[in-house]
Amino acid sequence: MTSTSRFNFLRLAGAAAVTALLSGPAIAQQAAAPSGSTLDAIRARGTLICGVNTGLAGFAQPDSQGVWRGFDTDYCRAIAIALFNDASKVRFVPTTAQNRFTALQSGEVDVLSRNTTWTLSRDTSLGFDFPAINFYDGQGFMVKRSLGVNAARDLNGATICVQPGTTTEQNLTDWARANRVQFQPVVIERLEEVVSAYVAGRCDAYTTDVSGLAATRSAQPRPADHVILPDVISKEPLGPLVRHGDQRFADLVRWVHFGLIAAEEFGITAANVEEAARSDARPEVQRMLGRNGDLGQMLGVDPAWMARIIRSLGNYGEIYARNLEPIGIPRGRNALWTTAGGLQYAPPFR
Amino acid sequence: MSDATVDPRFRRKPPRRPLRLSWSDERVRGIVWQVLVVALIGSVIWWLWSNTVHNLEVRRIATGFGFLQREAGLPIAESLIPYDPTDTYLRALAVGVLNTLKVAVVGIVLATILGTIIGVARLSKNFLVSRIAAFYVEVIRDLPLLLQLLFWYTIMQGLPGPRQALNPVEGVFLSNRGLKLPWIIWESAHTAALLAFVAGIVLTWLYARAARAKQYADGQPRRVWPAAIALIIGLPILTWQVMGAPWEVDWPALRGFNFRGGTNMSPEFAALLIGLVTYTAGFIAEVVRAGILSVSHGQWEAAQALGLRHGSVLRLIVMPQALRVIIPPMTSNYLNLTKNSSLAVAIGYQDIVSIANTTLNQTGQAIEGIAIIMLVYLTISLSISLFMNWYNARIALVER
Amino acid sequence: MSDITVNTPAIPAQSARSAPLTAVGPIAWMRANLFSGWLSTAVTLVCGYLIIRAVMGFVDWAFINAIWSVPVDGRGIAQTQACRDLHGTGACWAVVTEKHRFMLFGTYPYEQHWRPALVCILFVALYIVSAMRRFWNWTLVPIWIGTLTAIGILMWGGVFGLPYVPQERWGGLPITLILATFGLAFAFPLSILVALGRRSNLPAIKVLCVVYVELIRGVPLISLLFMASVMFPLFLPEGMNIDKLLRAQIAIILFAGAYLAEVVRAGLQSLPKGQYEAADAMGLSYWQKTGFIILPQALRTVIPPLVNTFIGFFKDTSLVLIIGIFDLLTAGKTAIVEPAWQGFGIEVYVFVGLIYLVFCFAMSKYSAGLEADLNKHRRR
Repeated sequence: MTSTSRFNFLRLAGAAAVTALLSGPAIAQQAAAPSGSTLDAIRARGTLICGVNTGLAGFAQPDSQGVWRGFDTDYCRAIAIALFNDASKVRFVPTTAQNRFTALQSGEVDVLSRNTTWTLSRDTSLGFDFPAINFYDGQGFMVKRSLGVNAARDLNGATICVQPGTTTEQNLTDWARANRVQFQPVVIERLEEVVSAYVAGRCDAYTTDVSGLAATRSAQPRPADHVILPDVISKEPLGPLVRHGDQRFADLVRWVHFGLIAAEEFGITAANVEEAARSDARPEVQRMLGRNGDLGQMLGVDPAWMARIIRSLGNYGEIYARNLEPIGIPRGRNALWTTAGGLQYAPPFR
Repeated sequence: MSDATVDPRFRRKPPRRPLRLSWSDERVRGIVWQVLVVALIGSVIWWLWSNTVHNLEVRRIATGFGFLQREAGLPIAESLIPYDPTDTYLRALAVGVLNTLKVAVVGIVLATILGTIIGVARLSKNFLVSRIAAFYVEVIRDLPLLLQLLFWYTIMQGLPGPRQALNPVEGVFLSNRGLKLPWIIWESAHTAALLAFVAGIVLTWLYARAARAKQYADGQPRRVWPAAIALIIGLPILTWQVMGAPWEVDWPALRGFNFRGGTNMSPEFAALLIGLVTYTAGFIAEVVRAGILSVSHGQWEAAQALGLRHGSVLRLIVMPQALRVIIPPMTSNYLNLTKNSSLAVAIGYQDIVSIANTTLNQTGQAIEGIAIIMLVYLTISLSISLFMNWYNARIALVER
Repeated sequence: MSDITVNTPAIPAQSARSAPLTAVGPIAWMRANLFSGWLSTAVTLVCGYLIIRAVMGFVDWAFINAIWSVPVDGRGIAQTQACRDLHGTGACWAVVTEKHRFMLFGTYPYEQHWRPALVCILFVALYIVSAMRRFWNWTLVPIWIGTLTAIGILMWGGVFGLPYVPQERWGGLPITLILATFGLAFAFPLSILVALGRRSNLPAIKVLCVVYVELIRGVPLISLLFMASVMFPLFLPEGMNIDKLLRAQIAIILFAGAYLAEVVRAGLQSLPKGQYEAADAMGLSYWQKTGFIILPQALRTVIPPLVNTFIGFFKDTSLVLIIGIFDLLTAGKTAIVEPAWQGFGIEVYVFVGLIYLVFCFAMSKYSAGLEADLNKHRRR
């Protein structure tokens, strides 16, 4: 360093002092920035932005034309119909297990419909709200049939493939500790990667939510080569989530879900919804479909919101049958409480 | 920029002019420019920072490093220190750092060896050998490392399952669960022998220094190697013998789903190591080649004219000069290898990036997680730089 | 992450000497270069055997036993049993035949694929024009701005009757080219400023530049990409959002800026002091001196390392795979997610690798040739 460029700390200190003076106003300006509600922002934008999985059969997967299909994406469409009366007014943003929460926190997406488990810490310390549970799931194991394993306890000493950063891996360690099962983990971030490691035989077993296992299994060239073990080691209530403090939007998401359930309870389907809206005499149906009362107004949407959702997507049972039954996920505990003793149940539309 | 070549008479400061408050004064302009730039950058940083603080508050995201003491609950496949999912995040991260260091250290050693071989091969008089080396260097450098890692991992997964494992030598099994090798059951005698080995190296170095000092004093060359062998090899063996010479081998065997016993090199580690070593070796080969070419032939001839033997010429004349050219770019290759090891996250080797990533995912504390990753790499980078700078300064040409 | 070695000393080129007449001809050549002694002969034979074995094995796998296409059933699912029956003895190029458009252009609307294809051609043309010395002057700036604008219009559409394609649907090779080229276009001016700042006499500016360069060079690119992916959104005021691709692009620009700054600094340092002193003596201001005297000379000498740095970034853009952006490598990996095609990773990696190889090889040959050319005047 030449002598002319030697540090002059006096100069540096002076520079720092002036900086502090100059940058003061910038911060004052920032503090005054207003924060509007999500619902207003969505309306102003004209589209709903929905965070979905990067590709999970049955829940969210782009088809060969690049159109997103699945159970989770149908929920996004349902919300878009309630708001804009147009199923195409929704943009799907694929999110990874890692960036999904930041995407929602930062407002990059309005709602996250990405088979996410409702847990206490996500509800509180991550700052979210879970308006509804649209799918009751549980964690299970899948093994190759050739391995001859019939129960999860037989997996002692096995190598198990698991995706990190989800409730899955913590459930796995809890379960292993409780049952004194030793296992060797293979922890891979990307879904495709972890599935291909399992298929290639890098692991003896693959663990994730049973619905995910079923989706993976059905996608295999020979599904019968793989067995989903009967043990379910955790509760995984999945549902859409929104930012905490956004009660009006959370209400809308919640009642879109209940509307879909209630429509199934009442036997209203995509095929008969027009008919029902005209002639169904049950008062609750009339209120729900917007013939009577002002339930839509209370939610801040068009009176015919529910009728339109059902017309284009069908009720809960239809959405389920269209997306999940083809990949081998039976209704199980996601059946209606009122007719089949399942867990899905809607509060009254009143 | 160095002051070494400036005549000390000219290094005196010019007499200081009084500062005039005018745009034509260079120093005034300098101060104004600095104030402007620092103010601009400072306010941008301040703006981002205040946004962050505001956002964290509004979104009720917890901050701070308190989560490090919470139970991690994440399984880790391979670890140099005992680890259990009930341990804290702090310990899980420590495991990650050690895994990073493990692959970096082994990788640097192997890449240097392979790179040197290829660099020398490229200069071979044999046409085929030099062409093969040139082809290797060109291809390996033109493909993304991530692609190469995925390729190696796919190859590893293509190995047969544990029940059909390849068994080339008794006790060695190669399968898609990794490479299983027999391993001695570790006892305190082995630790002692290892310590004796390190002590032997230190003692040898001290002995060689003393011998050289004596040679400078009386001109008599002294043999160092008998003492070196005795110290480096004899001392550990003696220690081990004295402590009872335990030698019990743990043979791997297929039990249940997997091999038990022995030591294991996981496919993830193997794929990462192979990928990093072959990739970095391509760059090191070029560095080594440039280094050797930088020593002119006259140096060889002059040294031989002095009557030095071939080995001595290489050791005393050529290598010191080549190393001066080699060390600085070699440093940046070592740094690259270490930083590239972060790609482990793509193939499931649990290094610091992978574990910090999972941690920030489970706790939702993105800023802290990424700060930890950056801090770890900055520390490693700075340490390597400092060491290599020290080494470089030692071997640099001393100008008089 | 990056394989940039700053200040690699130039390898002195060996001057060609014409051989004596007795030593010309293939036999003499072979004797000199392949069979010069018993050791050399043995090495030649062993290497030759290995090469022949490897080449024959590869030809068997890649051509003779390979399957180039497979039937597709009524539901649009490929019947890959024939490929699986090969058990690795032959390549299943059918995966490339079937999926090459997906790998090259990702989820871009199928009937609009000509647009990203044209974009790729534009990029290649831009590289070729930039490589020609007659354009090494200010005309390059409008050429770059014009081409990059055209590329933006083609990709997004929405004007001139082109349907609008949202950025979420872009993918494949154009993303790789966009990340690398836009990265260079923005990082280059930044790096010049930082390099000048690092050599400046003003302590505050110098410290800022040193901290920036050393900080960025001390951490892996992947940590910057993670930062872009999960931390950037927190930096911005509420309600303001930058799209994922742009965030990754910013991270790459910041990263590239630090490395390029070191390359440019090496160029600035290589100029003899007399140039600076002469410019000062003429009474030029700092910016006049820099713009007219220093930069034109310094930048010319750093073009070869600049190209090498660019090759590094070109490869490094593949890291966006880890944060889920759809570049060439990600598209290749996604192509084999479909169960029918699972297990044909090697074929896909070979295909994707070839594309990278073609680009990087061309650039590295160009840079080597240029280096030899620019050093001509130094040779005696």
